[in-house]
Amino acid sequence: MTETRFTFGGDEHLLAECSESMAMSSFFKSLAVTRQIQQAEIKGITEICPGNASYQIRFDPDVIHPEALLQQVKHFDSTTLADEAAIDTRITEIPVFYQDPWTTETLMRFRERHQNPQQTDLEYAAEINGFDSVEAFITAHHSAPWFVSMVGFVAGVPWLYQMVERERQLQAPKYLRPRTDTPKHTIGHGGCFACIYAVRGAGGYQMFGITPMPIFDPKQQQSYMRESMVYCRPGDIVKFKPIDQAEYEAIEKEVEAGTYAPRCAQVRFELNAFNQDPDRYNASIIEALSHA
Amino acid sequence: MLKVIDPGLASTIQDLGRPGYFHLGIPIGGAMDQFAAQMANRLLGNNENAALIEAVFLAPKLEFETDTVIAVTGADLPIELDGEAVESWTALAVKAGQTLSFGYLRGGARIYIAVAGGIDVPSVLGSRSTYLIGAFGGFEGRALATGDRLPLGDGAAAQSGKRLAPQYRPPLASAVELRVLPGLYWHRLSATAGDNFFADSWNVAPEADRMGYRFRGGRALEFVPREQPFGAGADPSNIVDSSYAYGSIQVPGGTEPIVLHRDAVSAGGYFTLGAVISADMDLIAQLQPNMQARFVKVTMDQALAARAARTQFINDARAALQ
Repeated sequence: MTETRFTFGGDEHLLAECSESMAMSSFFKSLAVTRQIQQAEIKGITEICPGNASYQIRFDPDVIHPEALLQQVKHFDSTTLADEAAIDTRITEIPVFYQDPWTTETLMRFRERHQNPQQTDLEYAAEINGFDSVEAFITAHHSAPWFVSMVGFVAGVPWLYQMVERERQLQAPKYLRPRTDTPKHTIGHGGCFACIYAVRGAGGYQMFGITPMPIFDPKQQQSYMRESMVYCRPGDIVKFKPIDQAEYEAIEKEVEAGTYAPRCAQVRFELNAFNQDPDRYNASIIEALSHA
Repeated sequence: MLKVIDPGLASTIQDLGRPGYFHLGIPIGGAMDQFAAQMANRLLGNNENAALIEAVFLAPKLEFETDTVIAVTGADLPIELDGEAVESWTALAVKAGQTLSFGYLRGGARIYIAVAGGIDVPSVLGSRSTYLIGAFGGFEGRALATGDRLPLGDGAAAQSGKRLAPQYRPPLASAVELRVLPGLYWHRLSATAGDNFFADSWNVAPEADRMGYRFRGGRALEFVPREQPFGAGADPSNIVDSSYAYGSIQVPGGTEPIVLHRDAVSAGGYFTLGAVISADMDLIAQLQPNMQARFVKVTMDQALAARAARTQFINDARAALQ
């Protein structure tokens, strides 16, 4: 584990970079340290934002001097051992209609902004990741689960990092120039991260499919979002489930009626056990869904 | 009720903001020019956090359906009540049936219109501020539109006549200096690029809104060469996506700096070179496209001193209104 780099963002923010590159251990450290800091209830801290491989603290320098805050955060950072960490979290099955008509229509409209206008986003991603077919790429995308490694951007967009070894990570560049439109609930991909667009809007990630399941609900009409208008939380585990158009439309009807709820189960995740055999560990985590 | 005859360009309901949800991608929001909003409310005896109207560039036309007291602060522009010129930064009595209208901006960018008792829209996650992208807060989660009727809180105790003395009204300049604490991913810039950033003069670009202000006109920034870290993306301005700070300055592709403001995206994959200090964030709120800015390098001690000076200034202004 590299040493965390600390730096201030103006007089109200402290950024801690666990590592420059993305790694499961860095994400896990960010999550573990921010949970510790949360529990410590340090006066003057106003926001705690865990990130992919970093975390940020917002503070009121009238209440806590930046140097005093830095010393306290450094203490938590150095005494939290991510490798020993385990978290109690939940796994949620999110249905995905891959190669759907809506993202396909959108990607065709913005072909001139793409690396390879002759291919769809999925064809391009499959090829640069060394897959023989789009179908094989889609299978890799949904067979291993993903960690929600950060939440944010706008209105509760999750960044997701797949729970596989680095050499198996799916990678794709962002569009050369961002699109001005992305359908709501698009499953995107940029760098090594997947995302789910919570609302319609601009975006630069490759588009692979769409989910009928809302993850942002400001009116909190969906039963599974009574606690929070934002569904995803850092540390959540997500398993994508491929669905076809008929299933998509059936779920959409349930959502409209307010009767939809995703399959979800409580699980305990232990990083050490995961590292020893990711595929086997993932299988045991996914197994929890069958009892949900 | 307060009736919207003409909504202006992008008028929204704001209070002082919605802290605590940035980790979910829900920004603090609230009045871009906090001081102007605080004083507009204080002139009326409202809580400083009461909801008011923030208008930008083009102000709305409003009709009052009840007798009340109002105050207009922020940008400099002609203000008329039933066609009669009235003063800004002053508590003004209005009668039911009167119309408030505005001329064109003479200086600044954002206008605050407070009403005694505040605009009584529902509080969402502890704030009445409008979050446009999330479509919640404020009036039905959107910008004001013709025909909207805004509910008002109880302002029966408010009195007209209070006025904030001119020395407490921030100057509205067409060229500003924004103090910046270098940090965050500053090390990604070459030494020359770092010097150029502070030496050059920048102009506000047309892409300037509540999410952020884009600047152009300075030299493109050079990066320290490196093999890009895993997960960061290929462009030298890319990083592994991380949380953004309010006021932080990102420079996608190294060409046009963007200063994130109160409706900021909470995270992303562009390097940031530091952040505008808290004391200078209100200045940005009053910038129009094509206005000039220079970035001035400061230390943390200087940033904290500027913050203390600003707090003193706000307290003096409050005291002057007693």
